[in-house]
Amino acid sequence: MLYYALKRLLGALPTLFLLLTLAFFMMRLAPGGPFDSEKSLPPEIQANLDRKYHLDEPLPAQYLRYLGDLLRGDLGPSFQYQDYTVNELIAAGFPVSARLGLLAMALAVVLGVALGTLAALHQNRPADHAVMTLAMTGISIPNFVLAPLLILLFAVHLGWLPAGGWNGSRWQNLVLPVIALALPLVAYIARLTRGSMIEVLRAPFIRTARAKGLPEHTLILRHALKPALLPVVSFLGPATAAILTGSVVVEQIFGIPGLGRHFVQGALNRDYTLVMGVVIFYGALIILFNFIVDLLYAVLDPRVRYR
Amino acid sequence: MSRLLTFLLLLTVLVNSASASGAGQVLHRGNGAEVQTLDPHKAEGVPAANVLRDLYEGLVSEAPDGRLVPGTADHWEISEDGRSYRFHIREGARWSNGEPVTAQDFVYGLRRSVDPATGSKYAQVLAPILNAEAVIAGRKPVEALGVRALGERELEITLKAPTPYFLGLLTHSSTYPVHRASVEKHGERFSRPGRLVSNGAYRLVEWVVQSHIKLERNPYYWKDAATHIDTVYYHPIENASNELKRYRAGELDLTEGIPLQQFRWIRQHLGEELRVAPYLGTYYYGFNLTQPPFRDKPGLRRALSLAIDRELLTAKITAMGEKPLYSWVPEGIPGYRPVELDYAHWPQSRRNAEARRLYAEAGYSRDEPLTVELRYNTSENHRKVAIVIAAMWKQVLGVRVRLINEEWKVFLQNRKQKRITQVFRAGWIGDYNDPYTFLEILHSRNGLNDSGYVNPDYDTLLDRASVEQDPEKRFELLRQAEAIALADHPVIPLFGYVSKHLVKPWVEGWQDNVLDHHYTKDLRILPH
Repeated sequence: MLYYALKRLLGALPTLFLLLTLAFFMMRLAPGGPFDSEKSLPPEIQANLDRKYHLDEPLPAQYLRYLGDLLRGDLGPSFQYQDYTVNELIAAGFPVSARLGLLAMALAVVLGVALGTLAALHQNRPADHAVMTLAMTGISIPNFVLAPLLILLFAVHLGWLPAGGWNGSRWQNLVLPVIALALPLVAYIARLTRGSMIEVLRAPFIRTARAKGLPEHTLILRHALKPALLPVVSFLGPATAAILTGSVVVEQIFGIPGLGRHFVQGALNRDYTLVMGVVIFYGALIILFNFIVDLLYAVLDPRVRYR
Repeated sequence: MSRLLTFLLLLTVLVNSASASGAGQVLHRGNGAEVQTLDPHKAEGVPAANVLRDLYEGLVSEAPDGRLVPGTADHWEISEDGRSYRFHIREGARWSNGEPVTAQDFVYGLRRSVDPATGSKYAQVLAPILNAEAVIAGRKPVEALGVRALGERELEITLKAPTPYFLGLLTHSSTYPVHRASVEKHGERFSRPGRLVSNGAYRLVEWVVQSHIKLERNPYYWKDAATHIDTVYYHPIENASNELKRYRAGELDLTEGIPLQQFRWIRQHLGEELRVAPYLGTYYYGFNLTQPPFRDKPGLRRALSLAIDRELLTAKITAMGEKPLYSWVPEGIPGYRPVELDYAHWPQSRRNAEARRLYAEAGYSRDEPLTVELRYNTSENHRKVAIVIAAMWKQVLGVRVRLINEEWKVFLQNRKQKRITQVFRAGWIGDYNDPYTFLEILHSRNGLNDSGYVNPDYDTLLDRASVEQDPEKRFELLRQAEAIALADHPVIPLFGYVSKHLVKPWVEGWQDNVLDHHYTKDLRILPH
């Protein structure tokens, strides 16, 4: 197991390296630079800025410099937020995105699995149809429609919750964004759970368990749920990584200071270092979570053994 | 299952930051995009300028209606030849740490602003000061800048030529003083909470990037007794619809913008709170004069300008009270009467007839129409304007227009390279309240002259105006220059911008002004 874990983690390094190399050069291919604005800078000042941020060096030299800094854990200064380094921005943005994402994920898993199981147990009956209709609606309503609707209803008209802002993560500020983030996930997880639960319930080992006379709830919770969750778990790996690094749309609409906004604003502003920092961070998280998912498989499925 | 949940919940336990609640009057302002830096010498853009006006104070300041009033300097003398200014720093001027603001602080600040090592993007604002351009270009040491302290509280600034709008420049953030000790101690990142020492009505308390900037009153500010609002929050909200929702939910007291699509609804339901006022800015289209089809074709350019029905455009499309623009300099600059295009008062039918005549003269017809690309930066509003103008050109002249929207940085690069761009959208907001801020754009050496307009007569007139001492004669020279540029049609002025805000009824002291500068210290919150 330990050997397997080490092998997997080492194997991830070339992937990460490839990712950052591609990101570095693709970022530079985009027209325009971080200091371009409507008013052209006097050439002397442009030259000064370029020298200060090493943009006057040839691209390979910049790349090597970046790699060197990266090995020391330094993601460089942000071009856009000149008062901050990329490390600081990620350190400030990630906890925010992560808190929001984990709450949404927890809500989505609990609700999604419960609803999915419910639907599977009542296959093709009204409860099933109700859940699946809800799920289809949830999947088809995008965040950028759902979030403003939630704000209009609960913040503007009813006045129960704030319309946006973070406020040092007061719970009132969390409710709407968490719901907006979680609903599409609830729907997706419910569908996944329902599908695999139906399959598992037809499996011979369940029939055996039934034949032994196990009560229905023990049967579902102890025997059926674990294998039925395997597809959900494999979905959760990348989904958690994605949600932890922040949802661009939800963060934008609710004015939340997370990582997602840095990614988009950084790209638009050609903030090379900030975009690179977020890409590397995001890449590392995805790799990490896929790895965790694989380990969880071993926990959930007795047939899986790693060597 | 339970293990999975525990794992998720464990991860949820993350650092919590307590939310602080201030006492007294609190103002929440929407502020558009996130501020990039609070270093006054590196800052650019409207959002940063808004915050910096609260944090710092220049030698000269502005009243709520935009008039220039004494700032950190309580009076000044201007020499006979208009080239030397002597400022007297007021007695009570203090930094937010209690130290007195001295003339040396201004010398340090101004030198830092033009120092090439600072990398300021707005150093050019200081160009009227003696030797500033040479210092910016690295040809002279910063000590050569025409600024010197004559004592603790007396400052002399020498200009290279009389510059009537110079006092107005001194409200710009690139002229603010900075606290030398903290800059030297913290280096480049001195402008952060806990480090920033400022000399304005407020001091920086908190800055959570993409969440808010929190300022509290500076008890050492010389006019602190007259400040009403104790705490001000600046919320970065790029999207005007989101900003409107937060305003309606009572989380903002004033907004930085208005969503165009909802303008009619706002006028109906929030009409009392809507503040629309002329803004010192022009919306225009530029021609690339370095390439065909517009190179050496003033007649064709004139035809395209004539064929645009600006009244229709502003009444039906932009529809927020913008004024059709027939001059290059927008209205609203005290003492300056902009020159108008000769067809400003023609009926549109006559303009169209003239446009067709010129179009034919340039060698185009319905059968052999002009094909042209019109580029604009991606935005719903720019798209609407472009569609309508393309339709007008097609209807009146039969021009075939290809609309191309480009992401901002791509758009700028193409515009500046002047290769593939033919017609481009542009806008300019005056940096200071003087016609020169608009006229200089068309100077052949200006960094914003993306048309590539070169007219030696125009340049000469501007250069002469720069050294003219008599303000009236200077305006006359500028008017002559404006007339030349209008006749040449390197650009098509379309309309003058308006500033748009929503202001809650309990915010008192808000006054519309043409530069759209609103200092928090001049506002107060009424009981509500």
